[in-house]
Amino acid sequence: MTVTEDQTRDPEAALEAQFDRTVAAEGRIEPRDWMPEGYRKTLIRQIAQHAHSEIIGMQPEGNWILRAPSLRRKAILLAKVQDEAGHGLYLYSATETLGVDRSELTEKLIDSKQKYSSIFNYPTLTFADIGVIGWLVDGAAIVNQVPLCRSSYGPYARAMVRICKEESFHQRQGFELLRTLMAGTDAQRAMVQDAVDRWWWPSLMMFGPADGDSPNTQQSMAWRIKRHTNDELRQRYVDMTVPQAEALGVTLPDPELRWNDERQAHDFGDIDWDEFMQVVKGAGPCNAQRLQNRRAAHEDGQWVRDAASAYAAKQAAKEVAA
Amino acid sequence: MSMADDVTAHVEGEPRFEGTTPKATWPLYEVFVRGKRGLNHVHVGSLHAPDDTMALHNARNLYTRRNEGVSIWVVRGDAITASSPDEKDPFFAPSGDKVYRHPTFYEIPDDVPHL
Repeated sequence: MTVTEDQTRDPEAALEAQFDRTVAAEGRIEPRDWMPEGYRKTLIRQIAQHAHSEIIGMQPEGNWILRAPSLRRKAILLAKVQDEAGHGLYLYSATETLGVDRSELTEKLIDSKQKYSSIFNYPTLTFADIGVIGWLVDGAAIVNQVPLCRSSYGPYARAMVRICKEESFHQRQGFELLRTLMAGTDAQRAMVQDAVDRWWWPSLMMFGPADGDSPNTQQSMAWRIKRHTNDELRQRYVDMTVPQAEALGVTLPDPELRWNDERQAHDFGDIDWDEFMQVVKGAGPCNAQRLQNRRAAHEDGQWVRDAASAYAAKQAAKEVAA
Repeated sequence: MSMADDVTAHVEGEPRFEGTTPKATWPLYEVFVRGKRGLNHVHVGSLHAPDDTMALHNARNLYTRRNEGVSIWVVRGDAITASSPDEKDPFFAPSGDKVYRHPTFYEIPDDVPHL
């Protein structure tokens, strides 16, 4: 092995150079590799936020499990909500490889020290919302998440591969639910349109602030954590969704939405960024309720964790005795 | 990180930085799933559980909700001995300079069949 002068003088610089080369060559960074502190912090923030979103995301849908209109819909919704829990756990597992413990992350979530996706601060008012969440919200999540399967951090990319495989079920069950409603009565069709009207703009906000107002994007792209800017992904989502809305027979609530032949893409109206900032800062319709429920689930579940520990201790004692 | 840490660290779950003292929780288990008969078990992720049996059940619930496996191994992360991650590590050097271990090292005339 040859040791260059650089390495003997400054081992940190040599490690950083190797990290940069690995990332630039589309290599993957693995948990015990050296990595810049900023890279580690950015990943912890992003993956934890993502994990929290999956966990909080169980609430708006869980709201309808007891009221699902048939056993078929109830079984599907249960499976979907269970998947969201699973996604949260894959992601907490990935975060832990960066040197944090998931119990710390849960504490940070319920103390409002870490965020989750603002979309889950909107209420699910009718059963059509369940379909629209699958179609629009999970659809937006897929557009966001597919490029993350190639993220430079190995455990994150691998968790995203698992998640993306399962998201396809989520989106398709939502679309099928809406198609069923659209084939029903006028009142059912109106219910779908009402849900689309309420969820369309928040779905567009899921991609985050416009590129000019997203200070972390450039660094995240240089580190290849992120692959596309927020606006690129938002545009891709709009272009994918418009024909789906047509197939469904619903109107997307944006009078400025139209095909631009020159750009070969859809133009669309301005997003209400004031509303976005309000919801991010905690003033959305359900912020307080979501966190309160999460805290209650954690605290009220303490006896289950205690019982599991007690059971494990008892079994271990039996083995020793035998 | 000391050498001792290097050789006893978890595959993926090891807190990397000295001074990081996560709260005492259930131990970390690494999970390996055999996708179908005839394939090796492959590492799929990790979870926490109070004991081995509950780790196995949790792994079943978390990592095989869609027939992803026919067999699961769970192993406590602190029972895994791992090599150092540094690619420049001399650990793998003995295999780096033995080109004669590869079939392409040997020149065989093109017209000799089945070689």
